[in-house]
Amino acid sequence: MSTEAFTPAKKSLLDRLPVSSHIRRSVGLQRTMLLIGVVLCAVFLVAAIFAPLLAPYGYSQISDDAGTFPAQAAPGGKHPWGTTVGGYDVLSRVIWGSQTAATVIVVAVLMAIFIGVFLGLVSGYFGGWLDRILVVVADAIYAFPTLLLAIVVSIAINKGQSGFWGGILACGFAITAVFVPQYFRVIRAETIRLKAEPFVESAQVVGASSARIIGRHIFANATRTLPLIFTLNASEAILTLAGLGFLGFGIEPSSAAEWGFDLNKAMSDASSGIWWTGVFPGAAIVLTVLGLTLVGESMNDLNDPRLRGRRRAGSKRKGTEVKNQTEVSA
Amino acid sequence: MSGPEIIETSAGQPTGHVLDIDHLKVTFATDGGDVYAVKDVSLDVRPGEVLAIVGESGSGKTVTAKTILGLLPETATIGGAVLINGNNVITVSASKLRQIRGRDVAMVFQEPSTALNPVFTVGWQIAEGIRAHAAGGKRVTAKEAKARAIEALRKVGIPDPEHRVNYYPHQFSGGQKQRVVIAAALALNPGLIVADEPTTALDVTVQAEILELLRDLRDKYGTSIVLITHNMGVVADLADRVVVMYQGDVVEEAPARVLFAEPKQDYTRKLLAAVPHLGRNSASEGLKERAHKNSPVLVDATNLTIEYPGRLGTPAFKAVDGVSFTVSEGEVFGLVGESGSGKTTIGRAIAGLNRTTGGSLKVLGYEMLNFKERTFKPLRKDIGFVFQDPAASFNPQLTIGDCVAEPMLIHTNPSPAQARKRVGELLESVQLPASYADRYPHELSGGQRQRASLARALILNPRLLIADEPTSALDVSVQAKVLELFKEIQAEFGFAALFISHDLAVVDILSQWVGVLYKGKLVEQGIGSQVMGAPQHDYTKRLIASLPVPDPDEQARRRAAHRALLAT
Repeated sequence: MSTEAFTPAKKSLLDRLPVSSHIRRSVGLQRTMLLIGVVLCAVFLVAAIFAPLLAPYGYSQISDDAGTFPAQAAPGGKHPWGTTVGGYDVLSRVIWGSQTAATVIVVAVLMAIFIGVFLGLVSGYFGGWLDRILVVVADAIYAFPTLLLAIVVSIAINKGQSGFWGGILACGFAITAVFVPQYFRVIRAETIRLKAEPFVESAQVVGASSARIIGRHIFANATRTLPLIFTLNASEAILTLAGLGFLGFGIEPSSAAEWGFDLNKAMSDASSGIWWTGVFPGAAIVLTVLGLTLVGESMNDLNDPRLRGRRRAGSKRKGTEVKNQTEVSA
Repeated sequence: MSGPEIIETSAGQPTGHVLDIDHLKVTFATDGGDVYAVKDVSLDVRPGEVLAIVGESGSGKTVTAKTILGLLPETATIGGAVLINGNNVITVSASKLRQIRGRDVAMVFQEPSTALNPVFTVGWQIAEGIRAHAAGGKRVTAKEAKARAIEALRKVGIPDPEHRVNYYPHQFSGGQKQRVVIAAALALNPGLIVADEPTTALDVTVQAEILELLRDLRDKYGTSIVLITHNMGVVADLADRVVVMYQGDVVEEAPARVLFAEPKQDYTRKLLAAVPHLGRNSASEGLKERAHKNSPVLVDATNLTIEYPGRLGTPAFKAVDGVSFTVSEGEVFGLVGESGSGKTTIGRAIAGLNRTTGGSLKVLGYEMLNFKERTFKPLRKDIGFVFQDPAASFNPQLTIGDCVAEPMLIHTNPSPAQARKRVGELLESVQLPASYADRYPHELSGGQRQRASLARALILNPRLLIADEPTSALDVSVQAKVLELFKEIQAEFGFAALFISHDLAVVDILSQWVGVLYKGKLVEQGIGSQVMGAPQHDYTKRLIASLPVPDPDEQARRRAAHRALLAT
């Protein structure tokens, strides 16, 4: 590496963004898994954003101009996925449910990231008694079962039931409380590792203030794993939300559609042969979680050079291209 | 995806050689496209011969060595043939390869502490190889294997092997661990040992012992050795024949004596010229008394003690123990010592990265005992620091320009244009184009990064520069350039420097005044050429005698003298 001439290739924006750069780097099975995940997530996001356009009826609509919807109608006709015992259209509820899920993910994970990253940086860099207290608190939160903690927070905030934003925030806070320790831990560990790196020491030697070192040197280097944790946590957030809804601590059916709540109401239907009220919301949860997990896990594998699959050397490449690359690497 | 893929193999004829490498070609698939690590390498090793493969980093020497044992990762594509006793390592089946490993060829790794598994006794680890190669399908009993492990430990000179065979790796010192690794390699009496940088992780005095051991093995048991190294002194000490590699190709092959005396290729000549040679090109040549002794004193240590607190119940560890020295303005003070001698701790204490615990350390008139960051901060602009690893000492997210300008932004609050101009000037003076300010650290080579690091240390015109092993992570030829640059810039800027290194020859090139540290104590200090030429303290004598010089004939004489020194 002692050659003096070296032309740096500026990477395009597409190559630097987390997910698109991963697609480019991947091959074979890893690429297939990542693409499936991306497609599932895309479907989820499109459904969430365009829910008002896509859904044939509103989430709490039980009648239209032709009259009241039939209860527990089988799929077909006006209601392609059937209706529930309350007369809600299942297809509409599933599509509107994606909007609720997406909002909860954004609210919960963003709050968790901000609080977790901040506490992690401060705690890791300064250490001392603050660090010890925060670690103990984080451990204590870890010791609680996720769902129990979420229920407690949900009850504490608004007695367990509420409208759309109240419900979203309750779920969001509940999930935040569960996830903050995770972000805190990851960022704190990275910060402690980076604190001993020579480039941080060299900033200390020239007299940089702690705020400057944290903001300029540690922050950008410590947060590189966040997109990965984000996708993995997003799937957990959906499960927690669905769990809360299923247990009856979610959002009222009149204020928003929520998959977990629908699953709960579908329980009694299952024994009487009415499958459509449970299968569709359930499948929505499974596919969304699967999509997010596939993206997250694939990114995890692709970020690790030892796990990342590569094309065989010397195959499937044009001669000229190969020559250019050796000159760069030489 | 099981093991490296093979393309085109040419069968070689059986010869009297232990190892035959025929037109070896290794290509790696990486994110940046294919990398041709080894382009076309042919060499052979005769019985009882030490063949050294030398080259700088990226020359393909380690890849060649790993190919001999079939240790390449699955991203590699291999062409050509590697014949060990008639078996082509590249094409044989996995089970056959397992038989060859250990029995016909064994490997000694660079870092003995990671090559041994910490949760098993060394005896168990040596026996593991013996039991894996049961002769004639018979199982080797545990007792027999242990007896042979003891035998192997005795061969490599571990005292009291019957007892120490039950020790765990952490109970051995670094040099002894490397002996154990060699014992494990020897356990099955392989005809060939591949030693990949076997002494690089060791101190000079320990290195001399391991080289002695390797020579003994060759002389007593007729083992052939392939020695991979970048250290020309080691080559001069041990090798019979030398292969010089550069960017995946063999540049030159010659008997050691011939190669050092009359290198044929330009590259070899340049490489040899770049190797620092103790006693040549000394900075203190002809000095009779300490230079700059009438200049103001910048660093004044009296009975300096630095302790690291021990864990609960264990006493504190004294890294630096009662050291006294001074560094005057304009002087280059060379601090030499082996690992654990406390040299880095002293450097870090002067920069306020470590706390002192006793005695007195005055830096630019400021007492560092119980220093407060707030009161010390104004002085930091007068202290520059160059770190050992240029790759790690730059924030990978910032451009070189931002990194170099940082001290300026903190202390003088310049306008962006001023900062840019100054950064450009500094980069020019360390012989980098000013346009490099827009590049990111990973886009520079090791030597370039270390120069940028020097630029950052000098941007505020400091009166004192601390350089902690600034060249030990660099290749020899790059090191030579950086040292030359350092010397020029020191003469131009006139700053005082504390130059910390484990390499006596490097320190001698730069420093007029040299201090030798041993286990936290300053055992000797004096004018560089006098300390190197006529050492007074026993440890300094041993240190200098252990250092192999890049000249086989001179090294043979030194070796004899070293033996005599140890005998007394």
